Parts: sequence; structure tokens; C-alpha cells
Amino acid sequence: MTAAPLLDVADLRVHYPIRRGLFRRVVGSVKAVDGISFAIRPGETFALVGESGCGKTTTGYAVLGLEKPTAGRVAFAGADFTVATGEERRRLQRDMQIVFQDPYSSLNPKLTVGESIGEPLLVHRVLHGKALAERVAELLSLVGLRPEHATRHPHEFSGGQRQRLVIARALSLRPKLIVCDEPVSALDVSVRSQILNLLMELQRELGVAYLFISHDLSVVRHLSDRVGVMYLGHIVEEAPADRLFAAPAHPYTKALLSAIPLADPVAQRARQPIILQGDLPSPANPPSGCPFRTRCPIAEARCAAEAPALRPIAEGQRVACHFAG
Amino acid sequence: MNAPLLLVEDLSVAIGAARVVDGVSLSIAPGEALALVGESGCGKSLTARAIMRLLPPAARHAGGRVTLDGRELGALDADAMADMRGSALSMIFQEPVASLDPLMPVGRQIVEAVLAHRRTSRGEAAKLALAMLEEVGIPDPVRRMAQYPFELSGGMCQRVMIAIALICRPRLLIADEPTTALDVTIQAQILALIKRLRRETGTAILLITHDMGVVADMADRIGVMYGGRIVEQGEVFALFRRQCHPYTKLLLKSLPSLEGERRTRLSTISGTVPDLHSWPPGCRFNPRCPLAVDRCRTDAPPLAPAADAAHLAACWETARMAELDR
Repeated sequence: MTAAPLLDVADLRVHYPIRRGLFRRVVGSVKAVDGISFAIRPGETFALVGESGCGKTTTGYAVLGLEKPTAGRVAFAGADFTVATGEERRRLQRDMQIVFQDPYSSLNPKLTVGESIGEPLLVHRVLHGKALAERVAELLSLVGLRPEHATRHPHEFSGGQRQRLVIARALSLRPKLIVCDEPVSALDVSVRSQILNLLMELQRELGVAYLFISHDLSVVRHLSDRVGVMYLGHIVEEAPADRLFAAPAHPYTKALLSAIPLADPVAQRARQPIILQGDLPSPANPPSGCPFRTRCPIAEARCAAEAPALRPIAEGQRVACHFAG
Repeated sequence: MNAPLLLVEDLSVAIGAARVVDGVSLSIAPGEALALVGESGCGKSLTARAIMRLLPPAARHAGGRVTLDGRELGALDADAMADMRGSALSMIFQEPVASLDPLMPVGRQIVEAVLAHRRTSRGEAAKLALAMLEEVGIPDPVRRMAQYPFELSGGMCQRVMIAIALICRPRLLIADEPTTALDVTIQAQILALIKRLRRETGTAILLITHDMGVVADMADRIGVMYGGRIVEQGEVFALFRRQCHPYTKLLLKSLPSLEGERRTRLSTISGTVPDLHSWPPGCRFNPRCPLAVDRCRTDAPPLAPAADAAHLAACWETARMAELDR
């Protein structure tokens, strides 16, 4: 529990300016991520869940340095990644990789899969020649494909196999952290469990940590050690996975969990789902106080006046609600 | 058993030489909700579109009959069929924003739907449209009437689609992945709305989905599709309690659940869904099926009573289903 975190995100903000008029004056900002903090330990899976527009993907990109934070700090393996430059930044980047949602658009169709998987090793001048070919063969076996697949092109593979290739490429530099952005959402249901098993096996064997970004709560529950629930750019609840699903404390988490239809008609029809009213507010014009108050079934006057802080209510569980705990 | 409202007999759809819907038969009783469930490419959406006679240009009707309320839809001329759509049967789609006319205020789109089927004045139609917007839970409907689809959220657009689909009180609503593009809290709103309207109007529903949770929530009966065929069909509680086709069973087993043990190895189905031009002979699931025997590789099994007369499966080896529990 006390191991130094691999990734330490503190008060991260990513705001996009809204420009209007002849002189493109900044008239406001979209607060995609608005002050979130979390840490990931080596070998751990931390999931960010939430609905579209909650800021979970932007957070993943900011962690990788693909998106410039407006404020806050991203420390990776003890080094401040937000201010790192040149050689140090390159070194840190080797240890962080990403697996995207759509395996069809994440591989260059003109390259053989061996070239795609070997590319990071060439770019970072780790291996070349025979050693490179051997490493590519090893990576293909690691993700459940055959070494002779290296000479083929992406179009010869199914969606599930392509996601295995993308995972092999992400593993090529032996990263310490992989950001998995909805890694199975684009796949057929009957091949999803293959990829989820692969991700769990690789973590056991290689000790890699995952920042797992998903809207699918049953997948998140199965894979994650800890979960952060995001709403409108904020983490509203964070807890160990078993705790979050057994005893959710934030009204949004409760509504989200109750809204997923269970694949069991007896259990599903016995439930009384919490149906939230209305739509998500725009992150360009978020509500005052608690971001969830406009849809919250238990909101009071205080919620409009005062933003609740993320405070601990149980071992490892933090909640941003005035009335939780 | 009532006379069926919708009867589909041996329906086939082809794209080039590939039979992407291959001999599908099903029936829906008045007021009943039947879910067709399956993965992408299984033919569930094309089945729905063939019923509506709205197949995409690349696909063609390759056999079979569709009867609604005793009228054979394939025998109607284009005008008569257009008249049926919206009045006797309606459809809502996965992409609500793309399904609406972007250049017309949503109120007018509902009014046009009324005027297409009823002899009434524009003023009367507008009153009906306003009442329908209220019925589908759109707040401030007078203001919304004048707005364009881009001014509405995805959830609001789907409510407008439902209003258009149901305003002429059709006997059958075909809902093709109606909540797939929506967030889960919005999905809960739309599913609750469809259930309420179904209770109030008695509309029968053909629900197309890949989500077993949505099926468990909404359906009276289920047809499971794989490779353009219905492989299992039954009453919802019976089918979730006991599966008679290996595909259904393995698919349900592979889903991570919201209860039970975490971080365990999930059950898998080997291989992938084949490309629609390379379906194998015999049972189309045979290359992925752990129970497959020689016969499965040559002869396609018919959809036949399995657990009981109302629970059908297309499997030669359904008696060996228990082996999949080991």
C-alpha cells in the first residue's frame, strides 16, 4: 500500500479557450478536466469511468503529454513530466504507452505488422536488425499471435487480432504504464473477453500498470484495483473496485450503477433504477458549486453555493458530496 | 395464442452472393416485445430493415414473406407501403441526430408525420405534436418545437424520434439499437420511456440490440442471431435460465458481471466472427463451437423445439449443453 506511486497526478486542469468575434477574443473556456488528483502504484489498474464529456479521455492524454495541462502536475516515476524537456521527456515517454479504442485506425495500413510493432524500438534506438526481429517475434507470441504474422498487413487481421497487435506495439518498449482508452468498446462482444484476459495476463507477467478508461462498468469492475468516477471534469468518487460497486457513496455513482441493465431478467426487473432527470450540463458553462447538483436527487441550496471537496469516508474511499458518509 | 401481429416466414436477404439473412422466421403477438440480439454482422438490423422494406441499396430481398396484421407487406405497391410506415409500423434508429432532418425544426418534423397519415389541419397536427412531445418527456415543449436537431442533445433527439414514430399509434415499433449511441444514464431514461409508452399504448416492439442487459430489461421473448440465422429463440426468463445453443451460452458466460468474483479469467469464445462472404457450410457457428461434430460441418441444423415447444434452438448437439459447464 505504501509503495511510492508510479504516476502521481495533482490538481490537473485542462481548459480549452472559447474564442469569438473578429479578434478571436477568449470569451470563456471549456473545463474538460477541472482539478483532479489521483495516483497509480506500480503494477496496479486504476480505472476512470464516466459518461461522454466527463473528461476521462482528456485526462489520459494529459497524463501521456499528448494534451498540455492548463495547470497541475503529472509526476511519473518521481519526475515532473509536465516540465520535463528533451532527453528526460523522451526517456519518461518510453515508459508510458497507449492502446486506443479503435484498432482499425491505430495501425498504419501500409506497414507490415512487424514494422508497426518494431517502430517504437527503432525510434527510440533500442534495437535493430536481427535483435529487433527477434523481439517482434517474442511480442507477437506474448499477445497470442504467431511470429510468422510479422510479414502480414493489418487488413489481414480481425478487430480482436488488431487490438492484440496494438497491445504488442504498446509493450515493445517494456513500459511501466499503459493508458487503455476504451480498449474493447469497438470489439464484438464474443471477442472482448479474450482481450480482457490478455490484459490481465500481461499485467501478472510483466507488472505493467494500467490507467483504464472506460464507460463499461462491468468491465471496469472485473479488471480494476481502484476506480475514479468522473463527472463534468471532476472526480466525484474514488474507491477500491469492490468497495465502489458494493457501497457506492456519491449520488452520481449510485445512479450510474443502477442505470446499467443487468443481463439477468429476474434481478433486472426486481430493481428500481434511479432515473436521473435531464442531460449533462455543458462543460463550457458548468453549474456553480457541485457539478452534479442540477441532476442530483438529493441536492439542496448548499450544493449550489459550495463545491464539495473530495474527502475520505472509508479506507481508500473518497467522495465529493456534502451528504455522503 | 393470439393471431400474430407480425409474421416473418423464411426471410432471406442477400448482399452479392452472400446470404446475410438466411431463412429467418419469427412472429410477434399484439403488444409483445421481441428482441433480436447478436453481434455486428449477424443480420439483426437487416432483418428489421427487410421487414420495413428499407434495405440499403447493396442488399436485396432474397425470399420469404412478411405479414403484418394479415396483410403481406411484400405485395403492397410503393405508395401503400409508404402509407403503412409511420401508421401501422414505425422504426427508430441508433443515431437519433442523423435520423432527423437537420434543416427542419423538430416540431414541424412531427407535424409532417401526422399530416402524412391523417386528414387533419396543420393547426390540429401541431396540437397533437405538442402533446406528443410532452408525452415523451421533453421539458418546455413549446420552445423545443421551434428548435433544430443540432440544438438538442442525443437523448432529446431520440425522444423526438420516438414522438414521430408513435404519434400515429402504430401497432408495431421497430427499435434498432435505440440506446447504443447514448450514455448509460440517458439510456435508462429512454428505456423507461419506451416501457411506459408500451404500457400505455399497447404497441408491440421488435427490439434490435447487442446488449444482453437491455434484452433482460425489455423483452418478452428473444431471438439470438448468429451468421444471418436465428440460432435460439425463447421466452426471456426461460432463455436466461437455460440456454440450448452453445453460442448463446458462451456469449452470456463471457460477460463480466456486476456481481461475483473479480479479476478471474473470463470465459471466452475462440476465434472471431467470420467475414460475411466466408461463412462455413453446415452450422455457421461450427468453427468456434466446442461441441461441434462432423455433422455440424456439413448440415445446417433447423430451428427446432429444444427445452420445450416454445424454446427453440438450431443445434444438433443441444443434448450435450451440460458439457459447456465443465
